[in-house]
This record gives sequence, C-alpha cells and structure tokens, in this order.
Amino acid sequence: MPKKILIAEDSPTMRSLIVSTIAAMGEFETVEAANGFEALRILPREKVDLIITDINMPDINGLELVSFIRNNESYRTTPLFIISTEGSERDREKGLALGANAYLVKPFAPQQLQELVRKYLA
Amino acid sequence: MSDKRSSEALKEFISETEEIVESINLDLVTLAEGLDSGEYDPDLINGIFRGAHSVKGLAGMFGFDDLSQLAHRMENLLDQLRLGKVPFNQLTVDTLFNALETLSRLINGKSEDEHFTFDLTSCFERIEQAALGKAATGDDPLAGLAIDQAILNVLTEYEEHRLLENVKKKRNLHLVRVDFDLSSFDQELAELTQQLKQQGEVISTLPCVGDIGERIAFQVLFGSERDQADIRALLGRDSLDIRTFGETAAPAATAAPAAGMIFEEPPPLPAVGGETLPATADAGSLRSISRTVRVDIDKLDLLMNIVGELVLSKGAITGICERLRGSGEKELAGDLTKATRILERRLHDLQKGVMDVRMVPVGQLFEKMTRIVRRVSNEQGKKVELDIRGADTELDKLIIEDVSDPLMHIIRNAIDHGLETPAERREAGKPEKGMICLWAAQKGNHVVIEVRDDGRGIDPERVRRKAVARGLIGEGQELTRGEIYELLFLPGFSTRDEVSDLSGRGVGMDVVKNNISQLSGMVELTSETGIGTCMTITLPITLAIIKALIVKVAGQTYAIPINSVQETLMIDSSTVRTIERREVLELRESTLPLLRLDRTFSLVHGERPAEQKLFVAVVGLADKRLGFVVDDLLGQQDVVIKSLGKVLSFVKGVAGAAELGNQKTILVLDVAGLMGEALRGESVNHV
Repeated sequence: MPKKILIAEDSPTMRSLIVSTIAAMGEFETVEAANGFEALRILPREKVDLIITDINMPDINGLELVSFIRNNESYRTTPLFIISTEGSERDREKGLALGANAYLVKPFAPQQLQELVRKYLA
Repeated sequence: MSDKRSSEALKEFISETEEIVESINLDLVTLAEGLDSGEYDPDLINGIFRGAHSVKGLAGMFGFDDLSQLAHRMENLLDQLRLGKVPFNQLTVDTLFNALETLSRLINGKSEDEHFTFDLTSCFERIEQAALGKAATGDDPLAGLAIDQAILNVLTEYEEHRLLENVKKKRNLHLVRVDFDLSSFDQELAELTQQLKQQGEVISTLPCVGDIGERIAFQVLFGSERDQADIRALLGRDSLDIRTFGETAAPAATAAPAAGMIFEEPPPLPAVGGETLPATADAGSLRSISRTVRVDIDKLDLLMNIVGELVLSKGAITGICERLRGSGEKELAGDLTKATRILERRLHDLQKGVMDVRMVPVGQLFEKMTRIVRRVSNEQGKKVELDIRGADTELDKLIIEDVSDPLMHIIRNAIDHGLETPAERREAGKPEKGMICLWAAQKGNHVVIEVRDDGRGIDPERVRRKAVARGLIGEGQELTRGEIYELLFLPGFSTRDEVSDLSGRGVGMDVVKNNISQLSGMVELTSETGIGTCMTITLPITLAIIKALIVKVAGQTYAIPINSVQETLMIDSSTVRTIERREVLELRESTLPLLRLDRTFSLVHGERPAEQKLFVAVVGLADKRLGFVVDDLLGQQDVVIKSLGKVLSFVKGVAGAAELGNQKTILVLDVAGLMGEALRGESVNHV
C-alpha cells in the first residue's frame, strides 16, 4: 500500500502545487485538508504517514495542529513538516520546538519538498 | 583616525544623539499625557525604546561607556514596560524623564569635552528601582499571564501580539472550553466565534489535546471587557467551562475596563486645584515629526551602490556554481547553488529595503509646484486651478530632486504660454479659471507625470514657421503634427516672439528634455489648438539597479534596461523590409521600425552570410516602439548603472556604463535617446 501524506493548507493554489509535486514522485498517496478543521477530521479517520501543514490557516493555526498531533498517541512519531512564509522565524522555531521535523519556506522549490519527503518516507 | 576626522565624527554623533533625545522627549511627553487614563499608544513606547537602543549602539561605538550603560538601562526599563512587566504609572514615566535628562546632560557635556562624565549611580539606582515593579518573572512577555505555557507555545507571533494587545487594553482573558460532535464541530465553533466576537476578540482557537473519538474539544482564547458571568449569559449555556484571567473584584459589566492582570493602578496623583486633566487621545500628532530620520541622499546612494555591488558579487558566485557543475563537482555545486539562492533572497529583500527608503511620494514635488502655480498665476493675472492626482505615487528621491526643475519649467510654460487671460477665456467661451492638471501614476516600472492645461494649445503652423525662420527645417518640408511638436524640443527654439519673463530665462524645452533624458526618462507633448496642451513625462521608478538584457552586436556587448524591453524576436534577415529608406519589420499587423545597433555605433562586422538569423529586442516607451537589431541575446542580468561622467557626456545613445559580475564593463543603452532620434529619422552617427 502506498504511503499517505496529509496536506493541510488553506490556499488552493499552494495545496495543488504540493499535491502535484508529490504526485510527480509517483509513489505516494495524498489527502488534502483545506483548513485545520478538516485536518482534525481526517486524522482519526485515516492513517497518514506524513503530515505537511501551513502555519497560517484561518481556523486553527498550524502550530496548534502540530501540538495536537504531537500529543496524540497515534501520531506522536509521524513525520511532520511546517510551511511558513519568510519573516516568520519565530513561528518556525515554535513549530520545530513543538515537534515538527522540518520546515519549508514559501516559495520553495518542488525538489526541496521532494527531497524532504523522500528523506522521511524512504 | 586623525584628530580632525574624529572630531567630525564626534560632532555627528552629538547631533544625532541630540536629535534622538529630542524625539524621545516628545514621545515621553505624549506618553505622560496618557497617565490619567492609564492608556497609551504602544507605538510610543516602541519608539522610545528604539531611540534608547540607537543611543546605546552609537555610544558603544564611540566608547562612551557611561552613555551606553545609561541607555542600556533605559532600554531595559522600556522593554519591561513594553512587555507589560512594569506598570505604566507616574513612577515609571518620571524615572524615564529623569534618565533622559541625565542622558541629555551627558551628551551636552561630551560635546564640549569628550572625557566629560559624572556619577551616574543614583540615576542607575532609580531606574533599577523602577524596574523592580516587576509583576512577572522570566523573559517571556506572556509568561506573566496565568495562561498555560502549552497554550502560549502554539500561538503564532501574530496571535501573541493580539493577546498582548488585549492585555494592554486591560481586557479580561477568557479561555472557553467547549466540545462538539466531530461531525458538526466546525459549524458550531463558527457560531460560537460569531457570538463571542460581538463582545470582544477571539484570539485563537485551539483543539484540545487528546485522541479524537466521537467528540472533539476546543479552547477558545477570548479577550473582552466583559466578565465571566456576562460571557456565560451571552453564550446562553450553563455547562460551560470558562477560565478567566485578570478579573478583579470590580463590579462586572461596568463601562470602565476591568483592571488587567499585571497592571497596577498607579497611586492616585495629587490633583492640582482639584482639576482633572482630560485624557488626550490626539496627542499623537507630534510623533510624525519625531519618527522620521533625515538622511543625506548621498548616504543612500552609497548604500545602494554597495547593494548593487553585492548583487554583482552574487552573480559572480552563480558563475562559479556553473563552473563547478561543469567540472563534475555536482554535489558541491548543488550546495553552493542552494546557499546562493538564500543569499539571493536576502539580497533581494535588502535591495528592496534600501529602495523603499529612497522612495518618496511625488506629493512632495507637487507641493512645491502648488507654490509656483500660485506665484506665477498671480504675477500673470491669470486664474488657475490646480488639480493634483496620484500624489502618493512613489519615485526615487534622486529622480524627484532632478525632475523638479524641468517640471517647474513645464508648469510655468503651461501657465505662461498655455493658459489665456481671463478675458480671452471668457471670449473663447471657457471658464475664467484655467485648469492645470498635475497627475502622476505608476505604470509598470515607470512613473508617468502628466501636466495638462486647458489653454489655447500650440498652433502647429506657428511652430513650423518659426522653425523655418530659424533654419531648423526647410521651407517646403512636410511634417506631421507630432513631428512639428518635436521641434519645440530642439535647442534654441522659442515660440514667443518676445522672451517671456517667466518661461524665458534662457531655459528652453531642449534643456527640459535633456534633463529628463538624463534620468532615462522621456517627455512628450500633445496639443490641440483651442483645447489645451499635455506634457507627459515618463520616468523610471529608480535608477540605481536595473535588470538588463545583455545583447551582442559585432562582437560588442551592450545592456538594454529590461523595463523598456517589451519582447525579443528571432527573425530572418530576409523579412526586413525597407519603407521610405527606413528598415522595418511587419510584426503582428503593425510596422515596427528597426534600428541596427551596429550601424548606430559604427561597428564593423566580420564576414557574414547574406541570409542570416537576426535578433530583435523590441523596446517601448510611452506608446512608441522600436526594434534594436542585434546579433545575439546573451540573457538577463542585474546591473548597476554608473554615469560615464562629464568627460564622456557627449556620447549619444549611451545612458551609462555597467559592471558585469565577471569584472567586465559594458555600456548601457539610452533607450529613450536612441528611440527619439531613430523615430525622428535623423541620421545619427555615434562615437
């Protein structure tokens, strides 16, 4: 069974960009969440192997999602990347402190994302 | 450092720190006005904080330990005040005033004698005493709140900021815990949020940690002036888990804000004569003066040059990446490329930052013009209404300075030559008051400034006759209206038989045009007899760093500013046609005039086959287009334009020289100049 990646990102463009970047790798399945709430819904339902979340989302922020995930028995060790914008170093640091494995700064190169995915899911 | 230089530096130091002290003083006065109400603008404290910080940095550089120590202590106190760890009260503000006075005394003393100092112990003690008003421990500004660290950990910077804002407003902070069915939690949360928003600000919504079953719990962090009972009533639910921070015994739901969790009420001040001073809300007007820093434009130029050179160095590194990759060091090349990319982003930010500092609204320029309009119209006995639009359009400060004279001249011309006298206007059926429009707008990388009048317009026949009389054109020469107006920009042309007091003064339109060309700009004139004249100035937003298209012609490389390049084409030399002895190219149903740069610059080609692929860089300014024919396109690059200097200023068609990353120097084409001449059809020979 292919490994599954959850993408929580409120910008449709960014989300589809991430999805297609991962699709191009040809080995993973993706689940999309258009906001934090959707992600919260998906998590208990599906077993995901990697989570990628944006930090700035309208309902709950990505940091809250990271904290939630890291404190959740089923997802304590699931690899997790955060996506932030330039200039939000503090948010990034907080995300890493909360247990995110890596971060990406928008705009990032598709290869960068692919390398990270490969590193954590290989 | 020689004595002279060091004394100059000291002078600068003194004047800068004095300025800062003055600015802090203004801010402190404004801050103190808020003492009665207990409210203040957080930006004020930030401003004072920054001021103290600057003094600390400057004093440190000059080795003035005493000054630097004092500023450092002020900075600390301000930081604690800013983060709400020290109460905003009379004691704190007095301490700050006292520290500032001491600071000022020190600076004054040092202006007489570098070694001047005095005992600062008591002042230091006083500041430390005030800083003891600590309500919380630890460095985190939010640590003083009773809110769980776990919650603070997941707030984004912005949410933290909002939280602090609420704290500053002495609002109560409620943590409302709710749980919902997993299937409908988002709608229910949205409803709850809506209800809460009527009474305050929802700072953050946090999912409660734990495995999700059928239900999911959230905590909503909410800032409000209302107390817990009010919130319960508002939400109409009994079984609500609400934790409230910062609530006091004060009766709830009163209009007065409840005391914040870390704010102490200052001891009541002895009221003078029983009077209470009204809280001043509009005291902020002083700040606009004190918040700006005056900087010599030369300093900005220097910065810009350094940034430009950094950009070039980055180009050189990119070149090394390529070479590394070529030599098989793929991994190293990859790493270097990555590092370069980060460098590039930061450089871009830096460049943008410096550029932003240089940008000033054209409103500054227009302001000067209003004075001129007023004066000239009075002198001329004409009634003029000035219509200004787009005053907030931004332009490089240097360009603003340099365009101010030409613009002034154009406006004088418009009033002097363009507008009729009130009597004439009445006769012509126009309103007595003439209209001058001064409009600015940004169009891509250019700013267009339009000066339009509704005057008598320029009679082309009169211009033609004058040009014939001056020997500028032949008697029977056929010219279009546009070409006739172009004549106005030729040296020594004056449409008036008698030299006017105003527009005369030996400055013709040719000077105006030259000045604007020097800024890589362009000026155009359109006019309709009886209706009015419009002068359009097109200027680049900035001059310093530009992206350029690098082209090759007969073995020489040139740079064409990319902001004027519309497209590039590869054509077959056989598609070039000749119409009226000019080479043109049919391009999408329009005719594009061509200019062969090799001929323009009298370059000699080597052997060339008759049938040949040519490259055309289509450049456009305003609504004009021209194709530069070149041998090859080498790519885009950031270049820093340097002036050729006075000695070479006679060289036509060249705007300046630029350095490429590999230490080569190339010439940057003066697109506006080349276009102007090529489209006029002058046979130009350049050096």
